[in-house]
Amino acid sequence: MTRFFLRRLAHATFLLLGVSVLAFLFSTLAPGNYFDDMRLNPQISAEQLSALRAEYGVDQPIALRYARWAGAVSRGDLGFSFAYNAPVGPLLWTRARNTLLLTGTATTLVWMLALPLGVWSAERLGRPADVALSWATAVLLIVPDLTLALGLLVLVVRSGWLPTGGLVSVGFDGFSALHRVRDVAWHMVLPVTVLVASALPVLLRHVRAAVAEALQAPFLRAAEGLGISRRRLLYRYVLPAAAHPLIALFGFSLGTLLSSSLLVEVVMSWPGLGPFLLEAILARDLYLVIGGVLLSTLFLVTGSFMADLLLYWADPRIRAKASRP
Amino acid sequence: MSAPSRLLVCIAVLGALHLGVACAGFFAPYDPAAQDRARPYAPPMRPHFVDAQGGFHLLPFFYAQELRAGSFDQYEENRVRAIPVRFFVTGASYHVLGVLPLRMHLFGGGDAPLYLLGSDGYGRDLLSRILVGGQVSLLAGLIGAGLTLSIGLCIGTVAGFLGGWKDEVLMRIAELFLALPWIYLLFAMRAFLPLTVPPLKAFLLVVMVIAAVGWARPARMVRAIVLSARERDFVRAARGFGASDGYLLRRHILPETASVVLTQAAILVPQFVLAEMTLSFLGLGVPEPVPSWGNMLASLQHYNVLVSYWWMYLPAVAMVPFFLGYLVLASLLQGGYGTSKMDEALGEI
Repeated sequence: MTRFFLRRLAHATFLLLGVSVLAFLFSTLAPGNYFDDMRLNPQISAEQLSALRAEYGVDQPIALRYARWAGAVSRGDLGFSFAYNAPVGPLLWTRARNTLLLTGTATTLVWMLALPLGVWSAERLGRPADVALSWATAVLLIVPDLTLALGLLVLVVRSGWLPTGGLVSVGFDGFSALHRVRDVAWHMVLPVTVLVASALPVLLRHVRAAVAEALQAPFLRAAEGLGISRRRLLYRYVLPAAAHPLIALFGFSLGTLLSSSLLVEVVMSWPGLGPFLLEAILARDLYLVIGGVLLSTLFLVTGSFMADLLLYWADPRIRAKASRP
Repeated sequence: MSAPSRLLVCIAVLGALHLGVACAGFFAPYDPAAQDRARPYAPPMRPHFVDAQGGFHLLPFFYAQELRAGSFDQYEENRVRAIPVRFFVTGASYHVLGVLPLRMHLFGGGDAPLYLLGSDGYGRDLLSRILVGGQVSLLAGLIGAGLTLSIGLCIGTVAGFLGGWKDEVLMRIAELFLALPWIYLLFAMRAFLPLTVPPLKAFLLVVMVIAAVGWARPARMVRAIVLSARERDFVRAARGFGASDGYLLRRHILPETASVVLTQAAILVPQFVLAEMTLSFLGLGVPEPVPSWGNMLASLQHYNVLVSYWWMYLPAVAMVPFFLGYLVLASLLQGGYGTSKMDEALGEI
């Protein structure tokens, strides 16, 4: 068992290391750096500029910079942002919080919708209700999230039903606690809708397929014969049998918490990582971008690691395989 | 309908859609870059068949739009004069498929401008821009998918056929690319490449970035097939008869990968069109004045455009039929080859 997890852990570490090297390699391909724009500014002299470049170490060879950066990361410091003149870690965290609020809500909702709907649909495989649901998910599937997000935005702006951007209303600081919660929730409706609509069809189809397959198993006929109620049968017996692919998907859902909403955030001007990283890219704020990439990779790797843990706990076949030498 | 005929219908529809975009110059009444500064944000014009006196016209006509007095973006139809829509008119010159110069357009407004889908902030005809922008976006998707599949095919074949440490190293690298969230990868690669470049170079850059991001998954699939094909009896027999590696690959192993490559193509093309749109929408892709579906949508980031000029949203709708076509194609291809179910294909997206 320990070997199983150690191997997984080693794999995750390797991935993170590889991603950081890759990010640094790409950064050497880039012509120019953050300070190149300043050459055009007559108020900054050449001496000041070279002093700045020396201070931030942008002229050093790539290997040296990587070594220094990796050393800093191992101490929990993700580097320093040129544009904000502040450490990257706290900067990213304040933005990542908003992203997590959005994606966490959306992911919870998607799973709460997909599980019962998928079971319901698999139970009626091929009947009109199932076919209608399949068509509905197919329609959601062919509308890309950019189209959906912009379309909803146009609709909402013209009707004025919902706030169209940002996290809070003007005057948020003066609101009471309850009012604040309601205000943020109100602002989340639109982006969460888009996220749910884009993630739901794929997940729903997976749940439906997995449950439909599990429903074929002979042990269910036996359970039915014993007089176990339909509801208990579905949720107590079928769902665990269908869990294997769903757990892997759940890990993926967890892993993409930081990356699934970037585009929607930019479109809906949600103050999360999306617009933040976009600005960093446009400003060539190197360490901020690398930090963002690394953080999201960390999430993905952790997500799949947690899926492994869950699978180990839920699926005896994996336990048996892992304990074998 | 049987599966093969469904496949044919699907391919025919997709082909017609692509042909329409490829011959954009003919269907577009105006040059996509031609500006009409007197009519910014003109709303879509409606072709009429019944005039103000109640008379019925067999051919459609339209009313010229004129700015309402004291306004800069409110138009009203001039109902006094009915202007017939003319067909097969001579207008701005363009090149069919990039080579054949022509001046013939399917329709035009004659002396008054006819903007069927309205105009943008510079008074450029939106219909023409959507058609020509489709060329850019679809081409980026098609070339990107072609490049990705070539890279994936090469790496997958090398890894699967040679095996050993080469396989190990290549697959570890592929895992790296799979571990990164693709939108971050897209962002990061674009971040570390030049920002302001001429349109053609930007286009190539976007295509290369997209291709570099997506190769890992097809490579792994091709590798799995090559691995199993290498050990098939007829391949071993051919090897026993003294067939060279090149012959084995060409004659026996690569044909086995065709179904996976085709299915992957049908899945990747719409994904990559969307990737190009995303990059251009965010200002990291193809720049103005060259239209692409993505950079046309970028104007929606302005609040006033969002509020007042809903027709600027139309480029986002233009891609939906293509998406539908490719999705059906992918599921039919998979069903036809019996390799896996549609649900699995949808999981890949």
